[in-house]
Amino acid sequence: MNYFTDAVAWLLDPAHYPGPTGIPTRIGEQLLFTAVTLLLASVIAIPIGFLIGHTGRDRGIAVATSGGLRAIPTLGLLTLVALWIGIGLGAPYVALTVLAIPPILAGAYTGFEAVNRATIDAARAVGMTEWQIVRHVEIPLGLPLLIGGIRSATLQVVATATLAAYIADFGLGRFLFAGLKTNDYAQMLGGSILVILLALVLEGLFAGLQKLVVPRGVAVGRPPVDRKASTRRRPGMESAITKGI
Amino acid sequence: MTWLWSNLDLVWLRTLDHIVLSLPPIVLSFVMALPLGWLANRYRPARGAILSIAGLFYAIPSLPLLLMLPVIIGTSLRSPANLIAALTLYGLALMVRVVADGLASVDPDVRQSATAVGFSAWSRFWLVELPLAGPVLLAGVRVVTVSTVSLATVGAVIGAKSLGSLFTDGFQRGIQVEIITGIVATVLLALVLDGAVVFLGRVLMPWTRRTRRIRPESIATLSRMTAVRGTA
Repeated sequence: MNYFTDAVAWLLDPAHYPGPTGIPTRIGEQLLFTAVTLLLASVIAIPIGFLIGHTGRDRGIAVATSGGLRAIPTLGLLTLVALWIGIGLGAPYVALTVLAIPPILAGAYTGFEAVNRATIDAARAVGMTEWQIVRHVEIPLGLPLLIGGIRSATLQVVATATLAAYIADFGLGRFLFAGLKTNDYAQMLGGSILVILLALVLEGLFAGLQKLVVPRGVAVGRPPVDRKASTRRRPGMESAITKGI
Repeated sequence: MTWLWSNLDLVWLRTLDHIVLSLPPIVLSFVMALPLGWLANRYRPARGAILSIAGLFYAIPSLPLLLMLPVIIGTSLRSPANLIAALTLYGLALMVRVVADGLASVDPDVRQSATAVGFSAWSRFWLVELPLAGPVLLAGVRVVTVSTVSLATVGAVIGAKSLGSLFTDGFQRGIQVEIITGIVATVLLALVLDGAVVFLGRVLMPWTRRTRRIRPESIATLSRMTAVRGTA
């Protein structure tokens, strides 16, 4: 437990705050990097995802690609790109954008697929153009799943950005690697605590956002508990209830 | 390419290291997830608590976790045990939800019939519920397998030997082929282990070859979960 008191002392030491290697700057770098990466990945993945979701075409390719990308180890991609384009922020941007694409892509097209077909047929029947269907029906109804995808991507990027400090001088990961190199456990743990807190805060924010973007009509019409209560039903009621779900 | 031919034995050694690192977490997380998942499925209050804690663990970045674990559980920083513990935690975080959903996907009528013909709660779990939840569990173990193999490479930056060492070494010495070899070997190992899990599933659950029925909602949860983590 001594290590933790050291880490807290390191976190509270005012000497670690000012300047270009101070804690606020490092947090800012990490957040900025995460935001830019997500933006890049979203610009690429969301339109493609919407197209796949709307037309239903090329779904197999999308699933296979995102599945394959997932098996590639991040560290390998990072170091390889770093050798190609040199040390600095370029490599992490490229590698992490590639990593952030699959979850956002999946969020975009599963969001569209989750929309009830009858709803889309109804929209078409009342005379909406394809573009209006996308804009006023599919996007709003699919938004929670898209946000879910972005949430996954955010977690992944903010976590892996730490690892990216291995090849570039930026972000909270610097504290971890500097501490590792000099056996400075206080700095290493202090940095780790900061990264974990940052990830958990972002996770919390996105969880809230995901609830917020559910269209009001959908939220109101939703039954109060969406988990089925299979374990807590009175005997005899069983079949009657499950069939409905 | 000359690097690869003259270092084949190194690649093989690192592959063995990698297997030693990634097999225990896959097995351990499955075994440990069974009671927790059962608990989460059986008792409603436990469900919320267990699944939210699992979700939080999943959100913790791997490198900080690797650095924190030695202080918390006393493993040595660069030891395989440290990495295995971290990977087990991630696998567990994912599997607990899968087990809970898998058990929930068992038709309540079937469960009732099992009780009616005289199964005790214990034997009902092992002989009825677990086999029926099998396909969902198998899908979960496959995801854990691939992500564990991929994630195990991260340990290389703190000096734990694995296929990831080819990345750090190749980067420091500027050998592209070494890094590419590492990536290919990691992906291949993931595919091989995934194939082994599928094969094991076929052997243990011969009936799934004829009828494939997984409840759609468990698949939805699974794909939601798996969208989350490739690595780090």
